[in-house]
Amino acid sequence: MTSLAVTGDAFVAPADTATEAPGTLTASQSTAEASIFYVLDEHPHPAGYSTMLGFWLYIMSDCLLFSVLFATYGVLGGNYAAGPSPKDLFDLPLVAVNTSMLLLSSITYGFAMLAMQDNRVGRTQMWLAVTAFFGLCFIGIELYEFADFIRQGATPQRSAFLSSFFTLVGTHGLHVTTGLVWMATLMVQVGQRGLIEANRRRLMCLSMFWHFLDVVWIGVFTFVYLMGMLR
Amino acid sequence: MNSDAHVSHGAGHDVAHDAAHDGHGDGHQTHITLDGYLIGFGLSVILTAIPFGLVMSGVLESKTATALAITILAVAQIVVHMVYFLHLDTRSEAGWNMMALIFTAVILIIALTGSLWIMYHLKANMAPMNMSTLP
Repeated sequence: MTSLAVTGDAFVAPADTATEAPGTLTASQSTAEASIFYVLDEHPHPAGYSTMLGFWLYIMSDCLLFSVLFATYGVLGGNYAAGPSPKDLFDLPLVAVNTSMLLLSSITYGFAMLAMQDNRVGRTQMWLAVTAFFGLCFIGIELYEFADFIRQGATPQRSAFLSSFFTLVGTHGLHVTTGLVWMATLMVQVGQRGLIEANRRRLMCLSMFWHFLDVVWIGVFTFVYLMGMLR
Repeated sequence: MNSDAHVSHGAGHDVAHDAAHDGHGDGHQTHITLDGYLIGFGLSVILTAIPFGLVMSGVLESKTATALAITILAVAQIVVHMVYFLHLDTRSEAGWNMMALIFTAVILIIALTGSLWIMYHLKANMAPMNMSTLP
C-alpha cells in the first residue's frame, strides 16, 4: 500500500487527507480544511530529478558573485592613479575577435546538444571538441591581452582601475578555464560510457554553465571595454 | 474505513505524482531545435556588431547617447541568450527557474545601482584630505 505521503510539489494537501493523517500537528485538526505544511515521509525520486533546478540555483549564485565584481569595477574603474586608462590599453578589434570566439563556442555547444538529442555520439564529441577549440582560442587571446598589459606596466598593482579590471575579467577567464576542464572530462566520460542518462544530465549542466559565461561576457565587453573607451 | 481512505488517497497521490513528474519532464527535456539556435546566434551577432560599431566609429556625437544605446543592446542580447540558448521560460521547473532569476536580478540591480549611487555621492562630498591636517 502506498504510504501516506504528501507530494513535495503540493504544500497544501487535499482536504480529505488532512483529517486522516496520523500524527500531524496542524493547528485546526478538527476542521476539514486543515492544511499540512510539511512532507510526512520522503517518496523516491529518480536519480538527477532535481539536478537541473539545483544547477540553475548555482548559476544564479555565480551571477551574484559577478554582480559584486561588476559593482566594484563600476566604483573603482575611474581611479587610474595617474597610470594608464582604458583608452591607453584596450584594443577593441582584439576584444571583438575574442567576443566572436565565445559566441561561436556558444552556437557549437548548441550543435553538440542537438547531436546529443539525436543520440549521435560521434557528432556530439566532434562539436564538443570544436567548442573546446573556440574556448581555448578565447583563453589564449585573453592571456595574450593580459601579458601585453603587464608588459606595458599595467599590472593589477598599478591602480584601483587595473585591480578591479583584472579581478573581474580574470574571474570570468577562470570560469571559462574550469568549463574547458569540465568539457574535457565529459568528452572522456562520453567516450567511455556513451550518451547514458547521467552523461546527458552532465552535458546539460555544462550547457547552462557555458551559455551563462557568454551572458557574463556580454556585460564585460559592454561595461568594461566599450564603456571604458567612452570615458 | 480508515484503510479505505488511505488506499484512495494513495491512488490520488500517484496520479498527482505522475502529473508533477510530467511537468518536470518538460523542464528537463526541453526539445531544442536547430532553428532556435540559429535565430539566437543571428540576433546575437547583430546585437554584438552594433555596439562595437557605435563605439569604434563614434557615429553618435554624444557619449551619453552611445553609452545608453550600448546598454540597451546589451540587455537585449542577454534576453536573447536567456531565451534561445538557456531555453528559459516561465514554465521550466514549474516556474522556479524564473523565480530564482527574478530574485537574482533584483539583488543584482540593488548591488549595482546602490554601490554606484552611494560611492558617487561619497566621492563628491569628500573634503580633500591631507595627511598633515590629521590629528
